[in-house]
Amino acid sequence: MADRNEFAEQAMQFAPQLYSAAMRMTRNSADAEDVVQETYLRAYRGFGNFAEGTNLRAWLFRILTNTYINRYRAKQRRPQETDLAEVEDLYLYKRISGLDVASRSAEDTLFDLFPDDEVKAALEALPESFRLPVLLADVEGFSYKEIAEMLDVPIGTVMSRLHRGRKAMQKALIDFATERGLLNG
Amino acid sequence: MADCAETIRELETFLDSQLAPEMRASIEAHLGGCNDCLQAFDFHAELRIVIREKCRNDELPPGLLSRIELCFDEDFDGDGDIG
Repeated sequence: MADRNEFAEQAMQFAPQLYSAAMRMTRNSADAEDVVQETYLRAYRGFGNFAEGTNLRAWLFRILTNTYINRYRAKQRRPQETDLAEVEDLYLYKRISGLDVASRSAEDTLFDLFPDDEVKAALEALPESFRLPVLLADVEGFSYKEIAEMLDVPIGTVMSRLHRGRKAMQKALIDFATERGLLNG
Repeated sequence: MADCAETIRELETFLDSQLAPEMRASIEAHLGGCNDCLQAFDFHAELRIVIREKCRNDELPPGLLSRIELCFDEDFDGDGDIG
């Protein structure tokens, strides 16, 4: 069994990141807590097999992703590729840079244009097979290779899901901005 | 040096830092002389930062850390071992 203090010292620092990621995966706090707790329990039991010097954070996220998939994937209907809106390249960029000067004041940065809730909702609205790659790449900063290992799919699949998932997420952000009257529909 | 179409096509892979070195250099050379493409790249780089910061700021529920640490001290699954 792993040394308790050594494990806690090295692994507990990642709890806030793991919890946020679990929130985006499960979309509710009770399930997110369960997934994080189970992740730590599994990681603690497996810590003896964890190779020192490899990436502990990536290892924990891999366990988190697997825990989520094992627990919840069965409950969800199979994500349909057709659920994703077809969106042209640079869609969000073209719409935002087309905002007329009157509606976008000088200090309005992209950061201010979209409230936290809308960005979270845009990510959470993606079908799971697109949501996980986007979460792992754009929020958590993992490489294609790391994500391919976590999701057990080929790197090319990671890339194409990222591409389509990002575009759909941008479409959702545009829809939110349109609802708020910031952009014309 | 890459042209505009090729540069925009490689935008995501560039921002993901996953381009081969020669292609990366070719895109960088184009961006050095093309303000339109540079603006599009800057926009998407900024968008990444916005998404990253806004999607990972959830507050840990009170008590979660101590509940997790409890698992390290008890025989959680009754198999005779701690954990």
